[in-house]
Amino acid sequence: MIDKRVQSAAQALQGVKNGSTVLVGGFGQVGHPLALIDGLIEVGATDLTIVSNNAGMKTYGMPRLMKLGRVRKIICSFPRTAAVFSELYAAGKLELEIVPQGTLAERIRAAGAGIGGFFTPTGYGTLLAKGKETREIDGRSYVFEHALKGDVALIEGWEGDRWGNLTFRGSGQNFNPVMATAADMTVAQVQRVVDLGDIAPGAVTVPGIFVNRIVAVPYDPPYAAISY
Amino acid sequence: MMTKTTNDAEAAKIDRRRIAARIARDIPEGWHVNLGIGIPLLVGDSLPPDREVLLHSENGILGMGPLVAVGNADPWLVNAGKQDISLLPGASLFDHALSFSIIRGRHLDLCILGAFEVADNGDLANWSISETDAAPAVGGAMDLAVGAQRIWIAMEHVAKNGASKLVKHCSYPLTGAGVVKRVYTDLAVIDVSPRGFELVEIVGDVDFETLQARTDAKLHRSA
Repeated sequence: MIDKRVQSAAQALQGVKNGSTVLVGGFGQVGHPLALIDGLIEVGATDLTIVSNNAGMKTYGMPRLMKLGRVRKIICSFPRTAAVFSELYAAGKLELEIVPQGTLAERIRAAGAGIGGFFTPTGYGTLLAKGKETREIDGRSYVFEHALKGDVALIEGWEGDRWGNLTFRGSGQNFNPVMATAADMTVAQVQRVVDLGDIAPGAVTVPGIFVNRIVAVPYDPPYAAISY
Repeated sequence: MMTKTTNDAEAAKIDRRRIAARIARDIPEGWHVNLGIGIPLLVGDSLPPDREVLLHSENGILGMGPLVAVGNADPWLVNAGKQDISLLPGASLFDHALSFSIIRGRHLDLCILGAFEVADNGDLANWSISETDAAPAVGGAMDLAVGAQRIWIAMEHVAKNGASKLVKHCSYPLTGAGVVKRVYTDLAVIDVSPRGFELVEIVGDVDFETLQARTDAKLHRSA
Protein backbone atom coordinates (compact mmCIF):
# COMPACT_ATOMS: atom_id res chain seq x y z
CA MET A 1 0.00 0.00 0.00
CA ILE A 2 1.30 3.41 -0.91
CA ASP A 3 0.90 5.79 1.97
CA LYS A 4 2.73 9.11 1.91
CA ARG A 5 1.00 10.51 4.97
CA VAL A 6 3.11 11.61 7.92
CA GLN A 7 1.87 12.76 11.30
CA SER A 8 3.60 16.09 11.80
CA ALA A 9 5.39 18.85 9.93
CA ALA A 10 8.66 18.05 11.75
CA GLN A 11 8.35 14.41 10.71
CA ALA A 12 7.65 15.55 7.16
CA LEU A 13 10.95 17.46 7.12
CA GLN A 14 13.13 14.70 8.63
CA GLY A 15 16.34 14.19 6.69
CA VAL A 16 16.70 17.68 5.23
CA LYS A 17 20.46 18.28 5.15
CA ASN A 18 22.47 21.40 5.85
CA GLY A 19 23.22 23.31 2.66
CA SER A 20 20.01 22.20 0.92
CA THR A 21 18.21 24.23 -1.71
CA VAL A 22 14.59 24.51 -0.56
CA LEU A 23 11.78 25.57 -2.90
CA VAL A 24 8.97 27.24 -0.95
CA GLY A 25 5.55 27.77 -2.56
CA GLY A 26 3.20 30.69 -2.09
CA PHE A 27 2.42 34.14 -3.38
CA GLY A 28 2.12 36.44 -0.43
CA GLN A 29 0.56 34.28 2.26
CA VAL A 30 -1.69 32.32 -0.08
CA GLY A 31 -0.46 28.79 -0.78
CA HIS A 32 2.51 29.43 1.50
CA PRO A 33 3.32 26.35 3.65
CA LEU A 34 3.89 28.00 7.03
CA ALA A 35 3.62 24.77 9.04
CA LEU A 36 6.31 23.12 6.92
CA ILE A 37 8.64 26.06 7.44
CA ASP A 38 8.13 25.61 11.19
CA GLY A 39 8.95 21.93 10.68
CA LEU A 40 12.12 22.92 8.85
CA ILE A 41 13.09 25.15 11.76
CA GLU A 42 12.44 22.27 14.15
CA VAL A 43 14.67 19.76 12.33
CA GLY A 44 17.51 22.30 12.51
CA ALA A 45 18.84 22.35 8.94
CA THR A 46 21.01 25.38 8.25
CA ASP A 47 23.08 27.05 5.49
CA LEU A 48 19.98 26.84 3.31
CA THR A 49 19.27 28.39 -0.07
CA ILE A 50 15.61 29.38 -0.20
CA VAL A 51 13.80 29.74 -3.52
CA SER A 52 10.48 31.55 -3.15
CA ASN A 53 8.61 34.43 -4.76
CA ASN A 54 8.69 36.55 -1.60
CA ALA A 55 10.83 36.54 1.53
CA GLY A 56 7.86 35.93 3.82
CA MET A 57 5.65 38.31 5.79
CA LYS A 58 5.71 39.71 9.30
CA THR A 59 7.78 37.70 11.77
CA TYR A 60 6.91 34.02 11.49
CA GLY A 61 7.66 31.39 8.88
CA MET A 62 10.50 32.51 6.59
CA PRO A 63 11.39 35.65 8.56
CA ARG A 64 11.84 33.43 11.63
CA LEU A 65 14.00 31.01 9.65
CA MET A 66 16.12 33.94 8.45
CA LYS A 67 16.36 35.49 11.90
CA LEU A 68 17.66 32.18 13.30
CA GLY A 69 20.52 32.43 10.80
CA ARG A 70 19.54 29.27 8.91
CA VAL A 71 19.42 30.93 5.49
CA ARG A 72 22.55 31.62 3.45
CA LYS A 73 20.90 32.78 0.25
CA ILE A 74 17.50 33.76 -1.09
CA ILE A 75 16.48 33.43 -4.73
CA CYS A 76 13.25 35.32 -5.35
CA SER A 77 11.48 38.00 -7.40
CA PHE A 78 10.13 40.27 -4.67
CA PRO A 79 11.89 40.02 -1.31
CA ARG A 80 10.75 43.38 -0.02
CA THR A 81 7.94 41.93 2.08
CA ALA A 82 9.60 41.16 5.41
CA ALA A 83 11.55 43.62 7.58
CA VAL A 84 13.89 40.83 8.72
CA PHE A 85 15.00 40.26 5.14
CA SER A 86 15.86 43.93 4.60
CA GLU A 87 17.84 44.09 7.86
CA LEU A 88 19.89 40.94 7.18
CA TYR A 89 20.48 41.89 3.56
CA ALA A 90 21.63 45.39 4.48
CA ALA A 91 23.98 43.87 7.09
CA GLY A 92 25.52 41.60 4.44
CA LYS A 93 24.32 38.46 6.22
CA LEU A 94 22.18 37.18 3.38
CA GLU A 95 22.94 36.59 -0.29
CA LEU A 96 20.25 37.61 -2.73
CA GLU A 97 19.57 36.57 -6.31
CA ILE A 98 16.76 38.57 -7.87
CA VAL A 99 14.96 36.75 -10.67
CA PRO A 100 12.03 38.10 -12.71
CA GLN A 101 8.89 36.32 -11.54
CA GLY A 102 8.12 34.56 -14.81
CA THR A 103 11.74 33.51 -15.25
CA LEU A 104 11.72 32.13 -11.72
CA ALA A 105 8.62 30.02 -12.46
CA GLU A 106 10.05 28.85 -15.80
CA ARG A 107 13.47 27.96 -14.36
CA ILE A 108 11.72 25.75 -11.81
CA ARG A 109 9.37 24.34 -14.45
CA ALA A 110 12.36 23.54 -16.67
CA ALA A 111 14.09 21.66 -13.85
CA GLY A 112 10.96 19.60 -13.23
CA ALA A 113 10.53 18.90 -16.94
CA GLY A 114 14.09 17.77 -17.60
CA ILE A 115 15.09 20.91 -19.51
CA GLY A 116 18.58 22.30 -18.81
CA GLY A 117 17.77 25.91 -19.58
CA PHE A 118 15.98 28.18 -22.03
CA PHE A 119 16.11 31.50 -23.86
CA THR A 120 13.67 34.16 -22.68
CA PRO A 121 13.17 37.77 -23.83
CA THR A 122 12.58 38.76 -20.20
CA GLY A 123 15.31 40.99 -18.79
CA TYR A 124 17.19 41.47 -22.05
CA GLY A 125 19.14 44.74 -21.92
CA THR A 126 18.70 45.08 -18.14
CA LEU A 127 20.93 44.65 -15.08
CA LEU A 128 19.42 41.21 -14.46
CA ALA A 129 20.84 39.91 -17.75
CA LYS A 130 24.37 41.12 -16.98
CA GLY A 131 26.96 38.46 -17.81
CA LYS A 132 24.40 36.05 -19.23
CA GLU A 133 24.53 34.43 -22.65
CA THR A 134 22.24 36.08 -25.21
CA ARG A 135 21.02 35.04 -28.62
CA GLU A 136 18.96 36.52 -31.42
CA ILE A 137 16.19 34.23 -32.61
CA ASP A 138 13.98 35.34 -35.51
CA GLY A 139 14.99 38.95 -35.01
CA ARG A 140 14.31 39.05 -31.27
CA SER A 141 16.87 39.15 -28.46
CA TYR A 142 16.83 36.52 -25.74
CA VAL A 143 18.69 35.76 -22.50
CA PHE A 144 19.77 32.26 -21.48
CA GLU A 145 18.48 31.09 -18.10
CA HIS A 146 19.44 27.88 -16.31
CA ALA A 147 16.97 25.43 -14.80
CA LEU A 148 16.60 25.75 -11.03
CA LYS A 149 16.24 22.52 -9.07
CA GLY A 150 15.57 21.98 -5.39
CA ASP A 151 16.71 19.33 -2.96
CA VAL A 152 13.40 19.80 -1.19
CA ALA A 153 10.13 21.50 -2.13
CA LEU A 154 7.68 22.70 0.51
CA ILE A 155 4.26 23.26 -0.96
CA GLU A 156 0.70 23.88 0.21
CA GLY A 157 -2.40 22.33 -1.30
CA TRP A 158 -6.03 22.38 -0.25
CA GLU A 159 -6.94 18.68 -0.15
CA GLY A 160 -4.73 15.65 -0.69
CA ASP A 161 -4.90 11.86 -0.50
CA ARG A 162 -2.47 9.15 0.63
CA TRP A 163 -1.04 8.85 -2.91
CA GLY A 164 -0.12 12.56 -2.80
CA ASN A 165 -2.72 13.83 -5.28
CA LEU A 166 -3.43 17.50 -4.56
CA THR A 167 -6.10 20.13 -5.18
CA PHE A 168 -5.85 23.89 -4.65
CA ARG A 169 -8.10 26.75 -3.63
CA GLY A 170 -8.37 30.30 -4.98
CA SER A 171 -5.03 31.78 -5.98
CA GLY A 172 -3.27 29.07 -3.95
CA GLN A 173 -1.68 27.28 -6.91
CA ASN A 174 0.87 29.95 -7.81
CA PHE A 175 4.36 28.37 -7.58
CA ASN A 176 3.23 25.14 -5.87
CA PRO A 177 2.56 22.85 -8.87
CA VAL A 178 5.86 23.67 -10.63
CA MET A 179 7.84 23.41 -7.41
CA ALA A 180 6.29 20.00 -6.74
CA THR A 181 7.90 18.74 -9.95
CA ALA A 182 11.36 20.19 -9.38
CA ALA A 183 12.79 18.73 -6.16
CA ASP A 184 14.27 15.43 -5.03
CA MET A 185 11.79 15.41 -2.19
CA THR A 186 8.45 17.23 -2.29
CA VAL A 187 6.54 17.71 0.94
CA ALA A 188 2.95 18.93 0.85
CA GLN A 189 0.87 20.42 3.61
CA VAL A 190 -2.90 20.31 3.07
CA GLN A 191 -6.01 21.36 4.98
CA ARG A 192 -7.24 17.78 5.04
CA VAL A 193 -6.35 14.35 3.74
CA VAL A 194 -9.30 12.67 2.03
CA ASP A 195 -9.88 9.06 0.95
CA LEU A 196 -8.49 7.81 -2.35
CA GLY A 197 -11.10 8.50 -5.01
CA ASP A 198 -12.68 11.42 -3.17
CA ILE A 199 -10.85 13.81 -5.47
CA ALA A 200 -12.28 13.56 -8.99
CA PRO A 201 -9.42 12.57 -11.33
CA GLY A 202 -9.93 15.69 -13.45
CA ALA A 203 -9.73 17.89 -10.35
CA VAL A 204 -6.24 16.68 -9.39
CA THR A 205 -3.91 19.59 -10.11
CA VAL A 206 -0.71 17.96 -8.84
CA PRO A 207 -0.64 14.19 -9.48
CA GLY A 208 0.80 12.17 -6.58
CA ILE A 209 3.84 11.09 -8.60
CA PHE A 210 5.40 14.46 -7.71
CA VAL A 211 4.71 14.27 -3.97
CA ASN A 212 6.76 12.25 -1.45
CA ARG A 213 5.21 13.21 1.86
CA ILE A 214 1.89 14.73 2.83
CA VAL A 215 0.77 16.15 6.16
CA ALA A 216 -2.64 17.49 7.19
CA VAL A 217 -2.45 20.89 8.88
CA PRO A 218 -5.87 22.51 9.20
CA TYR A 219 -5.35 26.16 9.98
CA ASP A 220 -6.97 29.54 10.10
CA PRO A 221 -7.23 31.62 6.96
CA PRO A 222 -4.03 33.39 5.92
CA TYR A 223 -3.92 37.14 6.41
CA ALA A 224 -4.40 37.83 2.75
CA ALA A 225 -4.52 41.58 2.57
CA ILE A 226 -1.20 42.91 3.73
CA SER A 227 0.48 46.25 3.72
CA TYR A 228 4.17 46.84 3.30
CA MET B 1 0.46 74.23 5.57
CA MET B 2 -1.63 71.29 6.74
CA THR B 3 -4.49 72.40 4.50
CA LYS B 4 -2.19 72.77 1.51
CA THR B 5 -0.75 69.28 1.98
CA THR B 6 -4.22 67.78 2.31
CA ASN B 7 -5.37 69.62 -0.81
CA ASP B 8 -2.30 68.48 -2.76
CA ALA B 9 -2.87 64.90 -1.74
CA GLU B 10 -6.55 65.18 -2.65
CA ALA B 11 -5.70 66.74 -6.02
CA ALA B 12 -3.15 63.98 -6.72
CA LYS B 13 -5.81 61.37 -5.94
CA ILE B 14 -8.23 63.00 -8.38
CA ASP B 15 -5.50 63.21 -11.03
CA ARG B 16 -4.74 59.52 -10.60
CA ARG B 17 -8.39 58.61 -10.98
CA ARG B 18 -8.65 60.85 -14.04
CA ILE B 19 -5.66 59.15 -15.69
CA ALA B 20 -7.23 55.76 -15.00
CA ALA B 21 -10.60 56.84 -16.42
CA ARG B 22 -8.94 58.21 -19.58
CA ILE B 23 -7.16 54.88 -20.14
CA ALA B 24 -10.35 52.90 -19.57
CA ARG B 25 -11.96 54.74 -22.52
CA ASP B 26 -9.34 53.24 -24.87
CA ILE B 27 -9.74 49.58 -23.87
CA PRO B 28 -12.12 47.78 -26.24
CA GLU B 29 -14.39 44.89 -25.37
CA GLY B 30 -12.74 41.50 -25.56
CA TRP B 31 -9.23 42.51 -24.55
CA HIS B 32 -7.24 40.55 -21.98
CA VAL B 33 -5.45 43.03 -19.76
CA ASN B 34 -2.93 42.96 -16.91
CA LEU B 35 -2.89 45.90 -14.51
CA GLY B 36 0.23 46.83 -12.56
CA ILE B 37 0.24 48.21 -9.04
CA GLY B 38 -0.64 51.90 -8.50
CA ILE B 39 -2.65 53.97 -10.99
CA PRO B 40 -3.07 50.96 -13.33
CA LEU B 41 -5.09 49.07 -10.70
CA LEU B 42 -7.58 51.98 -10.67
CA VAL B 43 -8.33 51.35 -14.35
CA GLY B 44 -10.32 48.24 -13.38
CA ASP B 45 -12.80 50.35 -11.43
CA SER B 46 -13.18 52.75 -14.37
CA LEU B 47 -14.24 50.13 -16.91
CA PRO B 48 -17.99 50.23 -17.63
CA PRO B 49 -19.57 47.05 -16.18
CA ASP B 50 -21.21 46.10 -19.48
CA ARG B 51 -17.90 46.03 -21.38
CA GLU B 52 -16.37 42.55 -21.21
CA VAL B 53 -12.67 43.05 -20.54
CA LEU B 54 -10.84 40.16 -18.86
CA LEU B 55 -8.35 41.18 -16.19
CA HIS B 56 -5.34 38.93 -15.64
CA SER B 57 -3.26 38.65 -12.49
CA GLU B 58 0.29 37.21 -12.41
CA ASN B 59 -0.57 34.84 -9.58
CA GLY B 60 -2.84 32.76 -11.77
CA ILE B 61 -6.14 34.53 -12.34
CA LEU B 62 -8.07 35.45 -15.49
CA GLY B 63 -11.41 37.22 -15.05
CA MET B 64 -10.77 39.22 -11.88
CA GLY B 65 -13.71 41.16 -10.47
CA PRO B 66 -13.66 44.17 -8.14
CA LEU B 67 -11.83 44.38 -4.82
CA VAL B 68 -13.85 43.15 -1.85
CA ALA B 69 -14.02 44.33 1.74
CA VAL B 70 -11.97 42.29 4.22
CA GLY B 71 -15.03 40.83 5.99
CA ASN B 72 -16.43 39.41 2.74
CA ALA B 73 -13.15 38.26 1.28
CA ASP B 74 -11.99 34.74 0.48
CA PRO B 75 -8.60 34.78 2.24
CA TRP B 76 -7.25 32.30 -0.31
CA LEU B 77 -7.84 34.68 -3.20
CA VAL B 78 -5.62 37.72 -3.75
CA ASN B 79 -4.39 39.69 -6.73
CA ALA B 80 -0.76 40.46 -7.62
CA GLY B 81 -0.82 43.37 -5.14
CA LYS B 82 -1.97 40.90 -2.43
CA GLN B 83 -5.35 42.63 -2.21
CA ASP B 84 -8.61 40.75 -1.58
CA ILE B 85 -10.49 40.38 -4.84
CA SER B 86 -13.56 38.74 -6.35
CA LEU B 87 -13.91 36.63 -9.50
CA LEU B 88 -16.32 37.21 -12.37
CA PRO B 89 -18.53 34.35 -13.55
CA GLY B 90 -16.34 32.65 -16.17
CA ALA B 91 -13.08 33.34 -14.35
CA SER B 92 -10.29 30.76 -14.29
CA LEU B 93 -7.47 29.91 -11.86
CA PHE B 94 -4.11 28.39 -12.74
CA ASP B 95 -0.47 28.18 -11.70
CA HIS B 96 2.48 30.54 -12.22
CA ALA B 97 4.01 28.68 -15.16
CA LEU B 98 0.77 28.94 -17.16
CA SER B 99 0.18 32.49 -15.95
CA PHE B 100 3.56 33.59 -17.32
CA SER B 101 2.99 31.63 -20.53
CA ILE B 102 0.01 33.94 -20.94
CA ILE B 103 2.30 36.91 -20.30
CA ARG B 104 5.50 35.93 -22.12
CA GLY B 105 3.68 34.17 -24.95
CA ARG B 106 2.13 37.48 -26.06
CA HIS B 107 -1.41 36.40 -25.26
CA LEU B 108 -2.29 39.58 -23.35
CA ASP B 109 -3.61 42.42 -25.50
CA LEU B 110 -2.41 45.01 -23.04
CA CYS B 111 -0.46 45.57 -19.87
CA ILE B 112 -0.67 48.87 -18.03
CA LEU B 113 2.26 49.69 -15.76
CA GLY B 114 3.43 52.56 -13.62
CA ALA B 115 6.88 54.04 -14.27
CA PHE B 116 9.69 56.10 -12.78
CA GLU B 117 10.79 57.12 -16.28
CA VAL B 118 9.89 56.48 -19.91
CA ALA B 119 12.36 57.40 -22.67
CA ASP B 120 11.33 58.52 -26.16
CA ASN B 121 12.70 55.28 -27.63
CA GLY B 122 10.23 53.29 -25.48
CA ASP B 123 12.69 52.33 -22.74
CA LEU B 124 10.97 51.74 -19.42
CA ALA B 125 12.39 52.13 -15.90
CA ASN B 126 10.04 51.12 -13.11
CA TRP B 127 11.67 48.54 -10.82
CA SER B 128 14.73 49.97 -9.14
CA ILE B 129 15.99 53.43 -8.30
CA SER B 130 19.70 52.62 -8.41
CA GLU B 131 22.27 50.00 -9.33
CA THR B 132 23.02 49.64 -5.65
CA ASP B 133 19.44 49.37 -4.46
CA ALA B 134 19.25 48.55 -0.74
CA ALA B 135 16.86 45.68 -1.43
CA PRO B 136 15.94 45.32 -5.08
CA ALA B 137 12.65 43.70 -6.04
CA VAL B 138 11.43 43.13 -9.58
CA GLY B 139 8.31 40.96 -9.34
CA GLY B 140 6.74 40.32 -12.75
CA ALA B 141 7.53 43.73 -14.30
CA MET B 142 10.27 42.52 -16.68
CA ASP B 143 8.17 39.61 -17.96
CA LEU B 144 5.17 41.88 -18.54
CA ALA B 145 7.31 44.53 -20.24
CA VAL B 146 8.43 42.14 -22.99
CA GLY B 147 5.39 39.89 -23.05
CA ALA B 148 2.20 41.86 -23.57
CA GLN B 149 1.13 42.96 -27.07
CA ARG B 150 1.09 46.56 -25.86
CA ILE B 151 2.64 48.34 -22.91
CA TRP B 152 0.84 51.47 -21.82
CA ILE B 153 2.17 53.55 -18.95
CA ALA B 154 0.05 55.37 -16.39
CA MET B 155 1.99 57.92 -14.39
CA GLU B 156 2.27 61.53 -13.28
CA HIS B 157 3.94 63.65 -15.97
CA VAL B 158 6.34 65.22 -13.50
CA ALA B 159 7.89 63.55 -10.44
CA LYS B 160 7.44 64.94 -6.91
CA ASN B 161 10.91 66.53 -7.11
CA GLY B 162 9.85 68.45 -10.22
CA ALA B 163 11.76 66.33 -12.76
CA SER B 164 10.00 65.22 -15.93
CA LYS B 165 9.30 61.49 -16.05
CA LEU B 166 9.33 61.57 -19.87
CA VAL B 167 12.99 61.66 -20.81
CA LYS B 168 15.53 61.27 -23.60
CA HIS B 169 17.44 58.54 -21.72
CA CYS B 170 16.35 56.71 -18.58
CA SER B 171 18.65 57.41 -15.62
CA TYR B 172 17.24 54.54 -13.55
CA PRO B 173 17.95 50.85 -14.35
CA LEU B 174 15.78 49.57 -17.21
CA THR B 175 12.86 47.19 -16.85
CA GLY B 176 12.65 46.70 -20.60
CA ALA B 177 14.26 48.27 -23.67
CA GLY B 178 12.02 49.87 -26.30
CA VAL B 179 8.82 48.36 -24.93
CA VAL B 180 6.46 51.30 -24.25
CA LYS B 181 3.79 52.08 -26.86
CA ARG B 182 1.80 54.83 -25.12
CA VAL B 183 1.97 57.02 -22.02
CA TYR B 184 -1.02 58.46 -20.14
CA THR B 185 -0.21 61.24 -17.69
CA ASP B 186 -2.17 63.88 -15.79
CA LEU B 187 -1.28 66.31 -18.61
CA ALA B 188 -1.32 64.36 -21.86
CA VAL B 189 -1.64 61.17 -23.86
CA ILE B 190 1.60 60.52 -25.75
CA ASP B 191 2.52 57.77 -28.20
CA VAL B 192 6.03 56.40 -28.59
CA SER B 193 6.70 56.34 -32.34
CA PRO B 194 9.85 55.73 -34.41
CA ARG B 195 10.55 59.48 -34.31
CA GLY B 196 10.00 59.75 -30.55
CA PHE B 197 7.21 61.14 -28.36
CA GLU B 198 4.12 61.93 -30.40
CA LEU B 199 1.42 64.03 -28.73
CA VAL B 200 -1.99 62.39 -29.05
CA GLU B 201 -4.01 64.62 -26.76
CA ILE B 202 -3.57 67.24 -24.07
CA VAL B 203 -5.76 66.35 -21.10
CA GLY B 204 -4.49 68.75 -18.45
CA ASP B 205 -4.93 72.48 -18.21
CA VAL B 206 -1.78 73.28 -20.20
CA ASP B 207 -0.85 74.52 -23.67
CA PHE B 208 1.66 72.77 -25.96
CA GLU B 209 4.60 74.98 -24.93
CA THR B 210 4.04 74.32 -21.22
CA LEU B 211 3.70 70.60 -21.90
CA GLN B 212 6.95 70.62 -23.88
CA ALA B 213 8.65 72.48 -21.03
CA ARG B 214 7.61 69.70 -18.64
CA THR B 215 8.84 66.98 -21.00
CA ASP B 216 12.57 66.23 -21.14
CA ALA B 217 12.53 65.07 -24.76
CA LYS B 218 11.16 66.52 -27.94
CA LEU B 219 7.40 66.32 -28.26
CA HIS B 220 6.19 65.88 -31.83
CA ARG B 221 2.78 67.04 -32.95
CA SER B 222 0.93 64.51 -35.08
CA ALA B 223 0.96 65.41 -38.77
